[in-house]
Amino acid sequence: MKYASQAVAKPYFIAAIALFLGQILFGLIMGLQYVVGDFLFPAIPFNVARMVHTNLLIVWLLFGFMGASYYLIPEESETELFSPKLAIITFWVFLVAGAITVLGYLMVPYASLAKWTGNDLLNTMGREFLEQPLPTKVGIVLVALSWLFNIVMTVLKGRKTAISMVLTLGMLGLAAFWLFSFYNPVNLVKDKFYWWWVVHLWVEGVWELILGAMLAFVLIKVTGVDREVIEKWLYVIITMTLVTGIIGTGHHYFYIGLPEYWLWWGSIFSALEPIPFLMMTIFAFNMVNKRRRDHPNKAAVIWALGTSVVAFLGAGLWGFLHTLAPVNYYTHGTQLTAAHGHLAFYGAYALVVLTMISYAMPILRGRAANSEKAQVMEMWSFWLMTVSMFVIALLLTGAGIVQVWLQRVSETPMGFMAVQDQLAIFYWAREAVGVVFLIGLLLYIWSFFVKDKSPVLA
Amino acid sequence: MSAIFTKSMARNVFYGGGVFFFLLFLALTFDSMRVLPTRDNSQNITANVEHGKKVWETNNCIGCHTLLGEGAYFAPELGNVYKRRGPAFIKGWIQGMPTGVPGRRQMPQFNLTEQELDDLIEFLKYTSEIDTNNWPPNIEG
Ligand code: HEM
Ligand code: HEM
Ligand code: HEM
Ligand SMILES: [Fe+2]
Repeated sequence: MKYASQAVAKPYFIAAIALFLGQILFGLIMGLQYVVGDFLFPAIPFNVARMVHTNLLIVWLLFGFMGASYYLIPEESETELFSPKLAIITFWVFLVAGAITVLGYLMVPYASLAKWTGNDLLNTMGREFLEQPLPTKVGIVLVALSWLFNIVMTVLKGRKTAISMVLTLGMLGLAAFWLFSFYNPVNLVKDKFYWWWVVHLWVEGVWELILGAMLAFVLIKVTGVDREVIEKWLYVIITMTLVTGIIGTGHHYFYIGLPEYWLWWGSIFSALEPIPFLMMTIFAFNMVNKRRRDHPNKAAVIWALGTSVVAFLGAGLWGFLHTLAPVNYYTHGTQLTAAHGHLAFYGAYALVVLTMISYAMPILRGRAANSEKAQVMEMWSFWLMTVSMFVIALLLTGAGIVQVWLQRVSETPMGFMAVQDQLAIFYWAREAVGVVFLIGLLLYIWSFFVKDKSPVLA
Repeated sequence: MSAIFTKSMARNVFYGGGVFFFLLFLALTFDSMRVLPTRDNSQNITANVEHGKKVWETNNCIGCHTLLGEGAYFAPELGNVYKRRGPAFIKGWIQGMPTGVPGRRQMPQFNLTEQELDDLIEFLKYTSEIDTNNWPPNIEG
């Protein structure tokens, strides 16, 4: 660790992993409810489990992004973090607010939660991913501002690199687009239109800047390739992200009441969205091939390469699969969407956070890399989680194709619930593979506790 | 990448491209908002519809159902349920929950008042009349 203040990243990373575990447990509950419909009903209805699953996902990724930036920015800026104390206070505020929110979902009927938390003052709840009560939404603004402030102040007083500029810009965008979560017009079409300014402009816009910056940082560290080369790549990749991804928002505007011209704008621009993801894969492999050093942390290199490949598969390939308007006409809101959502979120964002943790955590614990044994375990967990997520995506894709066929293409369409019965086999298999994913995650957590008999010194 | 294309050129293309396409997106947004009233059925947004939307949101229906194809994939599409089932069925259905059929997916009992139910149905009616470019492909959603 070059700067003492980088240590604040550690609690963020630990919280991220703990919440990740929670997310998966609720995923498995839902996976079972898909086939055993009354499992845990009415204690945990499906919609409650879903809120917990998706909100924990977002929150642990945010913890990961924050931890990563508190680690990365001092090193890039070559100066201590502006205020480590603020970072720690923010950590606790966010953790406690997140915990209270999840407990609220689980213990209080949603309608009562809405009433007690001031939803009558400003209706913002009850929309997918944006289910948080108003105080939590405001809390997220404050946490994001505190984070942004700390990072910006650090960048301003130190060296300004392309990586830190891109990361900061990504965070700024994250905070700015979050503000649209407060805008909920009665007009459903407008509500949906601006809802995507949070959801799409996050994952296919500003978050990709954060992803790119973090990946570039780790690649510089583990390959020793010249910064000039890596940062040029970074700029070219994120240029393509914004050029394709902003108007690509249109791939959500086909069938929700917006003008027909979005069928063209959305299809054409979003069809180009895989390009930056493909470039990211080429970039990562190129840099590793041209490496000037062999970093002792081999696990981190695997996570980094894995990120670039699975992000391309999940976002690029699976995204392209249903992004053209005539295809989306049939696949809109089916298991195909779920297949893509899972592989993309896992490949791009879960994996990049795990990459940063894999690289930074050993250093935060006082060594350049973990012992051979711990690294082997980590790599096993990488393969278990990654292969099972890929198989889950394949199973949901199978389910989605059959669903589309029986319910939407057929001359004699079957009803939704009757079709779901036909898909049970896919859902059972998904649940089984989900358990393998959980085992991979547990192995990952265990790898942190492997006793270091042969530490690799820095 | 060649030495002629420098990092600072890449940076400028990034900022220029980002700003240009964001402005183009804003222009398209502006136009969409202008054209919207011809398609979004907003002339039928009444106080009841407004309240119905709130009932929809504060019971988190989107956590199981899709509405115009967005939401969760656990339960039927409701954007067109007004046309598929009609108001009386919907009302009876929500009041009759949960089915309690063993092993079948369950929908909770929300204990809605008459007014809340009627407004919710008004909201679903309004939603079913939005011009969605003919989506969904058939009545099953
Ligand atoms: C890392 C980047 C990405 C992530 C995390 C991601 C995630 C998601 C998620 C979670 C949804 C479902 C949203 C909902 O609940 O309604 C979704 C929908 C969609 N995504 Fe992505 N996505 C990414 C990139 C892409 C790309 C690059 C494309 C196109 C090439 C794409 C095309 C689509 C389309 C067309 C839908 C709508 C599906 C439908 O109509 O039901 N996505 N994405
Ligand atoms: C107030 C919010 C909700 C409304 C207005 C609503 C409305 C409806 C309607 C009208 C149907 C009949 C659809 C048809 O026959 O085509 C239905 C079915 C269903 N809903 Fe909901 N729903 C709500 C919330 C939920 C929630 C939160 C869940 C899950 C926990 C859920 C799960 C289901 C299931 C599983 C079915 C199909 C059940 C069967 O066929 O046995 N609903 N809902
Ligand atoms: C491994 C076990 C997992 C299981 C069994 C599982 C199961 C589920 C289920 C049943 C849903 C609800 C789908 C619906 O609306 O009907 C869901 C939603 C979702 N899950 Fe998972 N999940 C798992 C892991 C993950 C992971 C690792 C991620 C991301 C890193 C993830 C991200 C998501 C997202 C983004 C959604 C919302 C999807 C959408 O709206 O299209 N899940 N999950
Ligand atoms: Fe998108």
